[in-house]
Parts: sequence; structure tokens; C-alpha cells
Amino acid sequence: MSVTDKKTRKKARAQLNLQVNLGGMQLKNPVTVASGTFGYGFEYEPFVDIAGLGAVIVKGTTLEPRMGNPSPRIIETPAGMLNAIGLENPGVDVFIGEYLPALRSRGVTVIANIAGNTMEEYARLAARLDGQPGIAGLELNISCPNVKQGGLQFGTDPVMVKEMVAAVKSQTSLPVMPKLSPNVTDITAIARAAYEGGADCLALINTLMGMAIDVDKRRPVLANTFGGLSGPAIKPVALRMVYQVAQEVPLPIMGLGGIMNTRDALEFLMAGATAISIGTANFVDPMITTQIIAGLQEYMEECHIADINDIIGAALPQ
Amino acid sequence: MSSVEKALVIRHREVVPDYYELEFIAPEIALEVLPGQFVNIRISDSLDPLLRRPFSVYDVDKKLGSITVFYKVVGKGTKLLSQMPIQKPLDVMGPLGRSFSIPTEADQVFLVGGGVGIAPLVYLSRVLSSEGIKTKVLMGASTAGFLAGKSMFEKFGVPFLVSTDDGSEGLKGRVTQLLAEQLLIDKCDYIFACGPESMLETVTELAMEQNIKGEISLEGHMACGVGACLGCAHLVKTGEGQRYAKICSEGPVFKIGEVLFHSQDER
Ligand SMILES: Cc1cc2nc3c(=O)[nH]c(=O)nc-3n(C[C@H](O)[C@H](O)[C@H](O)COP(=O)(O)OP(=O)(O)OC[C@H]3O[C@@H](n4cnc5c(N)ncnc54)[C@H](O)[C@@H]3O)c2cc1C
Ligand SMILES: Cc1cc2nc3c(=O)[nH]c(=O)nc-3n(C[C@H](O)[C@H](O)[C@H](O)COP(=O)(O)O)c2cc1C
Ligand code: FES
Repeated sequence: MSVTDKKTRKKARAQLNLQVNLGGMQLKNPVTVASGTFGYGFEYEPFVDIAGLGAVIVKGTTLEPRMGNPSPRIIETPAGMLNAIGLENPGVDVFIGEYLPALRSRGVTVIANIAGNTMEEYARLAARLDGQPGIAGLELNISCPNVKQGGLQFGTDPVMVKEMVAAVKSQTSLPVMPKLSPNVTDITAIARAAYEGGADCLALINTLMGMAIDVDKRRPVLANTFGGLSGPAIKPVALRMVYQVAQEVPLPIMGLGGIMNTRDALEFLMAGATAISIGTANFVDPMITTQIIAGLQEYMEECHIADINDIIGAALPQ
Repeated sequence: MSSVEKALVIRHREVVPDYYELEFIAPEIALEVLPGQFVNIRISDSLDPLLRRPFSVYDVDKKLGSITVFYKVVGKGTKLLSQMPIQKPLDVMGPLGRSFSIPTEADQVFLVGGGVGIAPLVYLSRVLSSEGIKTKVLMGASTAGFLAGKSMFEKFGVPFLVSTDDGSEGLKGRVTQLLAEQLLIDKCDYIFACGPESMLETVTELAMEQNIKGEISLEGHMACGVGACLGCAHLVKTGEGQRYAKICSEGPVFKIGEVLFHSQDER
């Protein structure tokens, strides 16, 4: 490439618009990192300019500290992995007191991910995080057992989902993004319930429940028996759910599940996702997010697309 | 700071059946790496195996900018790795984890390795020797043919004793029996150990009984290798009780007495 070529290319890149608006969250670009796969961001600083990401969705936070599950907590499976971390985290006070200020000073766009065992816990977490400077929005992990309903997952019952989203909304001025569980028969019913509860946008999908058995020991591999499947193995399921929900519910979508490269990211955008999240792929290639941001720009140049928003939903039926 | 390098493989050989030495050029990692740290290798570009595999740094040539790992074939990933030809680039991330400390006040230290657990002790033994600390290696294997790593200690002139489960070489029995014997007859100010958990548990008991300080290196299933996924948790003691520590970033090296083992576990 000649020097002038490089110059025009740089100029062209500067004119590309990668900014997206995800239900009131302004993201520099559509590439974010998924909760639980990127810690608090600092862990990946040797590899990634974390302030250059669309957003860092931090590890799930609960009201009180959680110790997490016994080991083994993870096991690789074909083209994926199972995890049962058990939401180990230091609690919301440590998040606000220690991690958030450090992220803020680095100029990182932060989305907090909250989890609880009762509706009240979610509402209290939302109230506690409301007004904390440096948070762009709240992601609700609704794949948690509701202890008051015999451990039934919040995310599998439309009535509970609607109630929970409304309860959280009433406690915060931040954009609220429920993260849907794929372990349901009809994802659109859950998405609609979240919409009716007042959600600003939706994230889908969380992990698919699975397990592995150690044949030599004749028992489940994970100490928790069951775990959440993530990685490329779940991509077709995730993509299908984004595509379905995008047609049924008028909310912007954060698409995730098995995204490994630029083409995977484009598939999700074309299926109707306004932004995407990278999870398991960070473990495989710690620089993958930066590469996907550059890859999207290259694609836009090649196809003469000036605004990334122009390809969102491009594969949906007209 | 850790980095990812496309490392050219310059040497790869089967030392004893199923045990391989693999040397590659990774100047940035080689420059920084300390004994006890590890690298995370992406074995294939395909989606299966998906995750990187962690390996201790066995030796480093700072001038050449090369790193050697020593591994045993145990499953899909290591089987594939063993077929890696030389002159091919390997995707290596590192250095990762906390290193062994150098006990400068110690006169003599013991290095205890079981099986492939000998791997991180070779580089450590070289650094200890260069610091003028007398070092004795105790290594164990199931049978004489699997006493890999021996040649490295011979090469570097580090004294070593061996044990084999079948008695084909050295003491017949476990390496922890060898340690117990040696603690009776020789001076030891500090212990370093790496190997299966049951071995590390016994080493911990022996060291604590005799009030000898030391460090052990743990293994565990890993995904990220940098402390982000919380997948590699191991129980450790705290002032008030216990908590899960991340083997990849708080370890793999822990102080003797700090780690809680499965038999002490709540399970
Ligand atoms: C910090 C650290 C340093 C290590 N250093 C060395 C070394 O120097 N030399 C060496 O030979 N091995 C080392 N290991 C172990 C090595 O990482 C595993 O043997 C390897 O990942 C197995 O991959 P596989 O695909 O062949 O096996 P798999 O088919 O995945 O599994 C085969 C067996 O290995 C176990 N295993 C799988 N993944 C891991 C893992 N990430 N960690 C531990 N056990 C695992 C499984 O439970 C199973 O019993 C180290 C592990 C850690 C955590
Ligand atoms: C190790 C690990 C930990 C996770 N922790 C959380 C979490 O705390 N909260 C949450 O909402 N999702 C969590 N997830 C789910 C991911 O955010 C993501 O939804 C899922 O992994 C699918 O994306 P992927 O295939 O790109 O990894 C976790 C996933 C993994 C692999
Ligand atoms: S391997 Fe991810 S935290 Fe240790």
C-alpha cells in the first residue's frame, strides 16, 4: 500500500460511524465484552485498550459478597465450555468503592450486571447503583433461581420477568437491559414481558444449561453438576433467538453467544442486534475485541457503508 | 507485562514415552518470565480444542529469546501438541501467574517434584544456584523410564535424588517418603514442590510438622489464565475462614500452609 493509499484509508476510517445507541446507552462502537468473561476489565489491560471498547459489562454483582461454587467450575466441551462459577463476587459495595472509580478514571463505558435471589434484591441493587457516576446502564441477569418461588429461574416465567423489570425500573434512572435466558420454550414471550415491564433494551443470550460426565470416575465433571454452555457451540441458537426477538419486540438488542470473529459479529448485527458482546472468545484470543472492531471497519470500507447502523437488521425479512 | 507471541518452534522431541520437550522463540515472554510462571498455548486454530492449555516454563534461554516447556500427553490438546512440527509458529500467551520467591536467607532448599510436576523446578533450580543457594532436587515417578527431567539437572549440575513406585531406580516408594527421609538426615530451610495434589498435601504436612517454610505450585482447569473468568478457583485459608483463590493470577505458586486440600474441603 502506498503512503497516499494509507492516508486516504485513514481518512475514510475517521469518517465511518461506529457509534450506536443501545436503549439510551451511547456506545463508541457496537463491540462490548460479556459479563463474567472479562472480570472488571483490568485483567485484560495488557492486551486491550479497555476504554476503546463499546462497553465493559462487568462480572455479575450481588448485594452481599458471594464465595462461589467448589471446583471444578469449568470444563471444555466440543467447540464450547461449561461453567458453574456460582456468581463469585465481592458484593456491590466493593464494586462501587473500588472497581468503579478505577474504571471511571480510565474512561471506560461500564455496564453493571446485577443478580439476586429475590425481586427485592434486584430492586435494592438498582437503587444502590442509581446515581453512581460512571455507569452507563444496568444489565439484569435473570437466569438466577428465585428462592421465594422454590428456585424457579426468574427468566423462565414471563410474569416474574415483567414484575422484576418494573421493580428495577422504579428504582433507577439508568437504562435497564434484561439479559434473557435461552432455557425457555418461547424466547419471544419472555422478551415481550420484559418490554411490557419497561425494559430499555435486551441482551440475549445467557448460557444454555448443560452437563458433562467423567466416564472414568462415573460422576458429573462439574462440582455443581450442571453448568452453562458458552462458546461457538451455542452461536446458531443465539442467532436464531436474536432474529426472532428483533421481529417481535420493538427494543434494541445486545446480541451474544459464541461470537468468535468479525463475520460472526456481522451475523448478529444483520439478525437485528444493535450491539454485540464477546465472551468465551476472549479466553481463546485476548485481543479478539480489538480485532473485531477493526474488522467491522474494514467490512464497512469494502462495502461502502458509512454508518454501522445501516447494517443492523439487514438480514431480517423486509 | 504479558503478551501474545507467534512463537517459532525450534525444537520438539519425545524425551521418554509420552513426555515431550518443546522449545520456541518468544523473546518478549523469555525476557520477563520468572521461575514458576506459566504460558497459555493455543494448540489449534480450529474450534476444538477451543481453550488454551497452560504449561509451566521449564527452561528459558534469555540470549536466544527461547522458552522450553515440558509436557505429558494426557488428552486431546496435548496429543495434538505432540504432533506440532518444528519451524511452525505457535500462539503463546504469557508470562502468566505469580512466580516462586527466592529465599535469600536459606542455606539449603529442597525441590520436590512428582511426575510432570518437575517442570517448573528446573528453571527454579538454575536461578537458585545462580543466587548461591544450595539446592537438592527430590524427584519421583512411577518407574525409572519416566524420570524425565533428570538430564536437565545433570546438565546444570544440580544434585538430585530419585524415587520410583516400582523401585526400578532410587528409593522404592513415593517422593514424599524420600522427602521424609531426607528431612531426617539433611538440613533444609525451605521447600518448593509441584506435582499431584495428594503429593502436595503430604509435602505440606511434612513441612508444617517441622516448621519449614515453602511454596507449592498448583494446577487446575483454566479458561482465561488472567484472573477474569474465576474458573480456576482453589480453596485457601484466610484470617477468618476460607475463600476461593484464582490459581492463574494469585497462584499457581502458593505458600505452604495457605492452601486447603480436597480432603479438608467441605465436600
Ligand atoms: C499453571 C499450570 C501449569 C501446568 N504446567 C504443566 C507442565 O509444565 N507440563 C504438563 O504436562 N502439564 C502442565 N499442566 C497441565 C496441563 O495444562 C494439562 O495437562 C493440559 O491442559 C491437558 O490438556 P489436554 O487437552 O491434553 O487434556 P484434556 O483432554 O483436556 O484432559 C485430560 C486430563 O487433563 C485434565 N485437564 C484438562 N485441562 C486441564 C487444565 N487446564 N489444567 C489441569 N488439568 C487439566 C483433565 O481433567 C483430564 O484429566 C499445567 C497446568 C497448570 C494449570
Ligand atoms: C466463565 C463465565 C462466567 C460468566 N458469568 C456471568 C455472569 O456473572 N453474569 C451473566 O449475566 N453472565 C455470565 N456469563 C455468560 C456470558 O456473559 C455470556 O452470556 C455467555 O457466555 C454467552 O456468550 P459467549 O458464547 O460469547 O461466551 C458467564 C460466562 C462464562 C463463560
Ligand atoms: S483461568 Fe480464568 S480466572 Fe483463572
